[in-house]
Amino acid sequence: MTPGALASQLLQVALALALAPLLIGWVNQCRAWLANRRAPSILLPYRTIRKLFVKDAVVAENASPLFRVTPYVVFGAMCCAAAIVPSLATALPFATAADAIALVGLFALARVFTALAAMDVGTAFGSLGARREMFVGFLAEPALLMVLFTASLISGSTSLPTIVDTLSRSALGIYPSLAFAGVAFTMISLAENARIPIDNPATHLELTMIHEAMLLEYSARHLAVLEWAAALRLFNYSCIGIALFVPFGIALGSDMPAIVAAAPILVAKLAVGGACLALIETLSAKLRIFRAPEFLGTAFLLAVLGMLVKLLLGS
Amino acid sequence: MSLGSQLINLFAAMLLLLAFAMLAQRRVVTLIDLFAAQGLVLALSTAVVAYTTTQPHLYQSVALTLLLKVFLLPWLLYRMVRKLDVRWEFEGLVNIPATMLIGIVLVVFAFNLALPISRLASTVTRSTLGIAIASVMLSFLMMIVRRKAIPQVIGFLAMENGLFFAATSATYGMPMVVELGIALDVLVGMLILGVFFFQIRERFDSLDLSHLEQLRDDRTPRPRTPGDAPRRREAPPASAGER
Repeated sequence: MTPGALASQLLQVALALALAPLLIGWVNQCRAWLANRRAPSILLPYRTIRKLFVKDAVVAENASPLFRVTPYVVFGAMCCAAAIVPSLATALPFATAADAIALVGLFALARVFTALAAMDVGTAFGSLGARREMFVGFLAEPALLMVLFTASLISGSTSLPTIVDTLSRSALGIYPSLAFAGVAFTMISLAENARIPIDNPATHLELTMIHEAMLLEYSARHLAVLEWAAALRLFNYSCIGIALFVPFGIALGSDMPAIVAAAPILVAKLAVGGACLALIETLSAKLRIFRAPEFLGTAFLLAVLGMLVKLLLGS
Repeated sequence: MSLGSQLINLFAAMLLLLAFAMLAQRRVVTLIDLFAAQGLVLALSTAVVAYTTTQPHLYQSVALTLLLKVFLLPWLLYRMVRKLDVRWEFEGLVNIPATMLIGIVLVVFAFNLALPISRLASTVTRSTLGIAIASVMLSFLMMIVRRKAIPQVIGFLAMENGLFFAATSATYGMPMVVELGIALDVLVGMLILGVFFFQIRERFDSLDLSHLEQLRDDRTPRPRTPGDAPRRREAPPASAGER
């Protein structure tokens, strides 16, 4: 492990931690503009997290240790994921420890812990949210794996840095399979990040909420950590999308100037991606929860089609 | 890979995607639009094949496809839908996610079927043969799972699209006489089926073909579903009740 690689690894995780709330703030700002409302400050998520850290935590009397541990487990899983996904550079010493399949496993770990903690206290809303989250998760996970397999088939490896390396070095060609996978990935990340066609992040209406229902019992620093983890999850999904479908500009070595130059490119791509996310959310209406299988089934279908087209056409 | 074969592959992939979109579509009018789009993609891919392989007779097929499948047949279907006043088609015999899964199985089957054939072929388009067979099978599936008459007919027409694409990818198109014959067949078939629609609706008050299973002379079967009553707009089912 060279010092340069270590530095790039640390820089990438630090950047993810710092930028994740900013991405949420940017998406909220774009949504407000598109809805013709006055936008909240882009720094609002930072202030919310700081405010929550200052407050005193209240924990239900019958909460088990699992309930207290969960925020840190979820946050840790998201930090690990941020270390694996090549958002700035491909020379990541940590990324050799886990490939794309393990990355999906990390997301699943966070989901299982959140659902267990939501059921731990025994409130109705927590169980409801947990059940719905698992329902969405079991449909989204295979589709996500299929998307990653399509990219793996093209590059011949399940390791994300290798995929980015192959895709950004190859000559610019038309990949129908990657187009299918891109649409499927967009749909999956909307579902996984509790965004509008599946869940509305801005509401606390008891009949429809999924992600927020699971966090209802949390307060203060636990809630702050969980909110930060949710922001990190959105950041990670955006970075996976960038790495798979627009990998140009990610530093391919471990020399410092290239990595520093990759940072503004990443920020620009994230800004465009966040604006697109806000546009999709504004244009679509929330689906009934029983329509979610159809939505995610379509995503799975597109991902499988991408893989089959890759196998048949070789492109 | 050359740009021409990349474009052909792209169009083939779009054809497959459109076949799946038709399988999943609930609304009749959108189904017709998708059928027209499929015809357009077919014409574009045939044009690319004609250009890259310098086969001038394929340009005639392109013109025929454009005229018949992008303009004439969708126009006839639109007119029929307007006259019959059907806007909304309810779900078929199998629900849509299950239909999609069956579709994926069919695609895998078709790809396996096409693999030995395309190994022997020498055309630039040989790898798209699997997609052509898959879209024929998907259209066939659509004809099987839909209850109503118009989607079944669109499935039939889409099947012809798939066969045309198979002919292009395996042997650079059929002879002109055969092609003209098929085009005329499809057109006349469409006109006759249009007459059938009106007869079916007059007899059964519905376009649901399951009524045709009761073949009895003595009494007129009564409509089982109140959905398709003549001269009455169907209300779309209540959608997205949640806030």
